Amino acid sequence: MSPRIKQSIPLTSDDPTARVALTVNGERVERTVSVRMLLSDFLRHELGLTGTHVGCEHGVCGCCTVQIDGSAARSCLTLAVQADGTSVKTIESVAQPDGTLHPVQQAFQDCHGLQCGFCTPGMVMNIVSRFEEETPLDLSDEAIREMLSGNLCRCTGYLNIIAAVRRAAELAGRA
Amino acid sequence: MKPSVFDYASPTTLDEAVALLAGHDGAMILAGGQSLLPSMNFRLAAPSLLIDLKRIDALRGIVVADGEIRVRAMARHRELELDAAAHRANPLIRAVMAHVAHVPIRNRGTVVGSLCHADAAAEMPLVLTLLDGTVVARSAAGERVIPAADFFLFHMTTSRTAEEIVVEARFPALAAGAGWAFNEFTRRHGDYAIAAVGAVVRLGPDGRASEVRLAACGVSSRPVRLAAAEAALVGTSLDAAELEAAGQAAEGAVTAADDMHATAAYRRHLLATLVKRTVAEAAARSSGRAH
Repeated sequence: MSPRIKQSIPLTSDDPTARVALTVNGERVERTVSVRMLLSDFLRHELGLTGTHVGCEHGVCGCCTVQIDGSAARSCLTLAVQADGTSVKTIESVAQPDGTLHPVQQAFQDCHGLQCGFCTPGMVMNIVSRFEEETPLDLSDEAIREMLSGNLCRCTGYLNIIAAVRRAAELAGRA
Repeated sequence: MKPSVFDYASPTTLDEAVALLAGHDGAMILAGGQSLLPSMNFRLAAPSLLIDLKRIDALRGIVVADGEIRVRAMARHRELELDAAAHRANPLIRAVMAHVAHVPIRNRGTVVGSLCHADAAAEMPLVLTLLDGTVVARSAAGERVIPAADFFLFHMTTSRTAEEIVVEARFPALAAGAGWAFNEFTRRHGDYAIAAVGAVVRLGPDGRASEVRLAACGVSSRPVRLAAAEAALVGTSLDAAELEAAGQAAEGAVTAADDMHATAAYRRHLLATLVKRTVAEAAARSSGRAH
């Protein structure tokens, strides 16, 4: 016998909750969240920032990469409560408000560094972080491959992404 | 792929954290979460209470003093990797850390968390074992210092008791004149090791090895010192035949069963090759430092 159809489902959860206050893309955000909510789900479901993609949810694919206090991090391996008090940046903050693309985004377009685009937000957030953190930039093949090693792409075969990193360095005056 | 329900606490003092841990069956400690969160997403770990150490200022930072590198519980992998004083004290550590997952993971994951997670194929437990480092565990009863040899017991199992929080790991500095090397075999960059070997070698004035330390991960249920290979090499000139013999002596350390990554026979072959290669590289650096 199949389980009986419930007459109503609860509209609220019994999960323990906590208040979080953080900065997201420069904007102050305060919410009450389930303590088990992942930062990736917080960004997508609570804030509507669906540019952060969720692939594997165990830290392998890199699609959910965002910046936490300026450093690239997996939002699927971070609880929203862990991000309390931090400054988070997502892909939505990367282009200029007038739509002008960031050099890394422009380079992905120039070099055909994406096809389906699912991995791209994580790729871009990771590369942008490395551009911001590393002086000088090592643009050897080996270093670029290492830079991209935590982000999986199933379309491009990576070569165009490697080219895009070099192109981005040119566009940003870092080559 | 979502964690099961748990309670959450983020105390501001270590004493509070210790009391919370002692007072709750099934409580777990959260530092960087880069091993724990995947386990929780898969529901392999389901803590009743998660005690987040992030607000405890006393657990931050890295101190290099008195011949050792003291890594506090909330120090991220990337902090240790980029720490100039730690690199001067022991250059082996930065070289190994390049193999620990990827930069975005190292930005969040902690060294002490990795040691406590105790994956038998993880790199940092190997380093602590190789260097005869220690961890400091705190409970209501006080602090105790646990040598690496007594800390790692089995897959994901350490001698930390349920009431203890590991507050610090201590990695000894490299002795003057010592050479070091690390080699790992994986299918993909950033993966856990199928087999990895670390070595520290010192040469005497006669050019013979006066000290050889060897440790491996990925080949057993915990990181292991390769005592038979060490004994085979001390006092020798580390020539090709002696390295070959040491590689064969190391093979006995492989206790891992055949798995999806490699057969035991393949791991024995890998381990012998890595031992030869790693000792030779460490010896070359040792000579370089001595001159």
